[in-house]
Amino acid sequence: MPSLDNALGIHELALRLRSQRMEVLSSNLANADTPNYKARDIDFQAQLQQAAGRSTDGTALQRTHSGHLPSSDSSGAQTMYRNPMQPAIDGNTVDSHVEKGKFMENALQYQATLQFIDGRIQTLRKAIRGD
Amino acid sequence: MSMFKVFDVAGSALSAQSVRLNVTASNMANANSVSSSEGETYRARQPVFAAMLDQATSTTQQQSVGVQIKGVVESQAPLQQQYSPDHPMANEDGYIFLPNVNMVEEMANMISASRSYQSNVEVINTAKQLMMRTLSMGQ
Repeated sequence: MPSLDNALGIHELALRLRSQRMEVLSSNLANADTPNYKARDIDFQAQLQQAAGRSTDGTALQRTHSGHLPSSDSSGAQTMYRNPMQPAIDGNTVDSHVEKGKFMENALQYQATLQFIDGRIQTLRKAIRGD
Repeated sequence: MSMFKVFDVAGSALSAQSVRLNVTASNMANANSVSSSEGETYRARQPVFAAMLDQATSTTQQQSVGVQIKGVVESQAPLQQQYSPDHPMANEDGYIFLPNVNMVEEMANMISASRSYQSNVEVINTAKQLMMRTLSMGQ
């Protein structure tokens, strides 16, 4: 029987990754005028697959001593530098229009994930009430 | 919860851009402040932006990077010298010194700063909406 822990399925992980991606994209927009700043992004699909594998397989290394380093950073998703289409002469690779588009796209996908979670919660509620 | 950092990051950008707007305003206000010697004359100022990288975070890879103002530098472009012996500020040779403020450059700078400010306000608004929806999840 599936436990209540993973009642929300992959959407919980997706929501966390979406909020992390929002953080990265907002940093890009904030540094749109900073010399030598390089724009970054998260490869959402790869990170989600990695996070999902970590949570279901349980294959992550156990840390039995406080001096052990974590095998992979479980809290933060890996960020990668964006390939600039039109780098500025001051070394900045932020294209603010592209970033704004990605930010809005990410916000919409965040809302979609929220709605999926809402649906799951309503399903559960209906099952509990039985009406 | 990582979404609170969005407010910090966008807020740092707002303050940096408003400093930039302030500096532009002072440049434009002093565009005609003449003086009688080269040392006393107002010089155009520009803020220097830098990414806030060295914060005390233990994570190996920092995800959110704010902006800070490293300092304000004065332009070293040559001052304009004008021969007008009737001017009350003219020196003994009859010259006055005008600031090296380029009005066209300042106007472009001002528009760029206000656009960046707007896009960061938008970021904050979107983050706030998403957080409000997250708070009302399952209701």
